[in-house]
Amino acid sequence: MADLNADLSRLFNFSRFMRRGQSDLRTGGVWVALALLILFAALRYDRFLTEYNIFSFLSYNSMFVLIALGMCFVILTGGIDLSVGSVAALSSVVSAFASPYGIEVALPAGLGVGILCGVINAFIITRMRIVPFITTLAMMLAARGLALVISGNQSVPVSWDSNFTQFGMGSAFGVVPWPVVLMAGIFLIAWVTLEKLPFGRHVLAVGGDTEAAKLMGLRVERVQWGAYMISGAAAGLAGVVLASGFGAGQPLEGLGWELSAIASVVVGGTLLTGGLGSIPATLAGALLLGLIFNILNFENGKGLISLSAYWQSVIRGGFLLVVIVIQAHASRFSHGKPRAG
Amino acid sequence: MSGTADQMVTKTDTALNTPKPPRRAGLLTRHGTLIAFAVLLVVNVVLTPNFLAMQTLYINLTQVATIAIVALGMTLVIASGGIDLSVGSVMALSGALAPLIFLSGFATAHPAIGLAAAFIVPVAVAALCGLFNGWLVSRYGVQPIVATLILFISGRGIAQVLTNGNLQTFSNPGFSFIATGRLLGLPVQAWLCLALAAGAWFLVRRTLFGRYLLAVGGNERAARLAGVPVRRVKLVVYSLCAALAGIAGLIVSAINSASDANQAGLLMELDAIAAAVVGGTLLTGGKAPVFNVIIGALIIQLVRYTLLANGVPDAVALIAKAGIIIAAVYLQQNRRD
Repeated sequence: MADLNADLSRLFNFSRFMRRGQSDLRTGGVWVALALLILFAALRYDRFLTEYNIFSFLSYNSMFVLIALGMCFVILTGGIDLSVGSVAALSSVVSAFASPYGIEVALPAGLGVGILCGVINAFIITRMRIVPFITTLAMMLAARGLALVISGNQSVPVSWDSNFTQFGMGSAFGVVPWPVVLMAGIFLIAWVTLEKLPFGRHVLAVGGDTEAAKLMGLRVERVQWGAYMISGAAAGLAGVVLASGFGAGQPLEGLGWELSAIASVVVGGTLLTGGLGSIPATLAGALLLGLIFNILNFENGKGLISLSAYWQSVIRGGFLLVVIVIQAHASRFSHGKPRAG
Repeated sequence: MSGTADQMVTKTDTALNTPKPPRRAGLLTRHGTLIAFAVLLVVNVVLTPNFLAMQTLYINLTQVATIAIVALGMTLVIASGGIDLSVGSVMALSGALAPLIFLSGFATAHPAIGLAAAFIVPVAVAALCGLFNGWLVSRYGVQPIVATLILFISGRGIAQVLTNGNLQTFSNPGFSFIATGRLLGLPVQAWLCLALAAGAWFLVRRTLFGRYLLAVGGNERAARLAGVPVRRVKLVVYSLCAALAGIAGLIVSAINSASDANQAGLLMELDAIAAAVVGGTLLTGGKAPVFNVIIGALIIQLVRYTLLANGVPDAVALIAKAGIIIAAVYLQQNRRD
């Protein structure tokens, strides 16, 4: 096992060395863009860097960051998880039902539902050998349907007598909102897992070259199980934050979340083919996409222009386009020729 | 050592014999989709009250046409080894454009030109959207999921900006004909769908482009080395898919006598992909079973209708759809092995 790990890390370091130039170009861009946007907003809007704005921004976006982090693991193995939005909705409904027993019960309940969905995804993908796209597409429909069935097509009010809503609306030590604490904790765990733990190495190896990973004796299926369970767990947590922060389990929420999570991961420079990517850059990608909304609100607040909410998705799409084209140029630059024709 | 040699011999033997089994498996798969459809029909005749009424046929054909038309385009894109997530947004865009055109001042002054433009311009804009998708995929080698994600996000946004997110209601018999008119007792859009399917079948089976398309989806590298214009094929196929989605968007607006940029085509990409997959399209590309995909769309529609007509709530129908998709793909995979 020790030999295997040594071999693995050597191979991995080598491939990382080979890809260094490309990797920096890909993941560096998102940090530059994020810094520029923050600088622009801080100079332009007085209230941008206030405690209130920063924490409400982070608190709201914690759900999207959580889902993007989970998605990052799945995409790194070369898969995709389209079910995260529906799973979050299902988890929000379940945790709302469990809310009278307090957050101690409701959070594990939502988390458990998420992991269960991940387990089912992993089972279908690894045992029935159905491609991730179709499997998680079906789970997307099934989880949404289940959420609607158990909630009776309505949002489920949470209990205000227990400490459940304090999690979504209160702050740790009266300063940092709990969802932000949760987000930061999960981010650190995800980072350490990917960069320092054997599992993270295996994830990258499987995504980089599944055949090679198999030949080296890696249990590819076990890595896939892990990735889909992580993604399910992240979606489950996002659902708990949703129910707790908005005071209701919402079976209809989470539409299109999977795609904004994928967009975050891609903006963070992670290759959709797997094997290359970074957790901090994914965080930056998710924050960057959220920041566009925040800045647009401020800009409207100045009263000079009035862009309807609908412009936000146009601008988001345009932004994604710019990032993708830049990345395509960067990867062509480092490869010396186009990757596809 | 000799064991390996034996194995190699056996492998070569199977390799030599391969042309036959896949063909038979293909026939089985084809029947599989049809059998599932037949089973659904029989179940409905037994269970659903008033199933054998003209009204039932009419309603189902009215509703299935849009799914089937979008699924046709999706099948072509998937056959090229890609996927198109933007079809729902493109539907919203074209559906919003048409009323904007025929309600404009110029069109009310010249109704005939306005009506023609209301059909042509939205579909042309939709095709341009597809050209944009194809450009990203073929020029930059962006993965289709990511490339079409851009228009998935901003296409609907553009439609919402154009209409300010408002419902545009209208009363225009000429335009509504494509959704509420009848030909030989059946809805116009069903005939339109049939014609488009025949066109797609002809394109795939009888033209050079069809050969190219399947070659690109089967093995892009080999296709390029063999001199197939891979880029052009992809540009055309994404444009076609988006144009078909544009037509479906017009039909949806015409059915409702209103365009709704927020709702039109929502989640259509999933229905279309599901119909294509249930019809036996391989997500890896290289296969475009056009008429089976129409059957696939009919199955998706009929499942929804069966559950609704028997009082099963919409939510349960979603779960059933998920089960059907997994079962269909699983069975097809087993047959292929």
